[in-house]
Amino acid sequence: MTLVIPAEILAVVRLHAQDGYPLEAAGLILGRVDGEERHAVQLLPFPNSFDEGQRRRRYQISAADVLTGEEKAEALGLEVIGVFHSHPDHPAHASPTDREGALPWLSYLITSVRDGRARESFSWRLLEDRSAMVEEPVRVVDKSTTLEAR
Amino acid sequence: MIDIRIPAPLRPYADGQKEIGVSGETIAEALEDLARRYPAMQPHLFDEGGALRPYVNLFLNGQEVGPFNGGTRLHSGDRLVIVPSIAGGAPAAGAPLAPG
Repeated sequence: MTLVIPAEILAVVRLHAQDGYPLEAAGLILGRVDGEERHAVQLLPFPNSFDEGQRRRRYQISAADVLTGEEKAEALGLEVIGVFHSHPDHPAHASPTDREGALPWLSYLITSVRDGRARESFSWRLLEDRSAMVEEPVRVVDKSTTLEAR
Repeated sequence: MIDIRIPAPLRPYADGQKEIGVSGETIAEALEDLARRYPAMQPHLFDEGGALRPYVNLFLNGQEVGPFNGGTRLHSGDRLVIVPSIAGGAPAAGAPLAPG
């Protein structure tokens, strides 16, 4: 699978990560699956609902927010295809905590933020046996070349 | 018969279905029946010790069931919605930086 993401959507992911710094920021990626590609179409940022004192190293999107996201995706004829979140002052690598809380099938787009500036963004997926998260290719495209919301 | 709504990440393990009818008199029995019908879904619903994974949240007829109580009685026509909470985070300060 390749995550195909328009440049302007990736820019919003990175801005959201910077705005949340030094706390982790997160949201859902809505889009479509087309063969071996997932096309990001829209973002839904959500508040980090993890315990207040731990939000520099942890994030959570509550079940109620995920339900809202799924309903919104269905209304738009899209699917929740992934999750984006930031790693303040850490690399954009999936951590053991990320793996523990990960769901199969979804793309996990992680952006590293250092000193308040967004740096690299990598996407990860959970292996079927839950043993590890592996990096998946990301292709950044102009919006005109992606599948538009119908 | 109880209807269970399956979240998108788990649908590949249920032949792509969004809604599945299962049997059971309690929430625990309904989930066990679901896992029995679709064994590939089991490791993503339950941990190695058989406990429901912490990210699995349930809504029964629109009301969040929480904290999880598998003994909650069900009635024919009830609708159970599985909603994952999504969580994670960077390694703790001082932890190795290698990918997880």
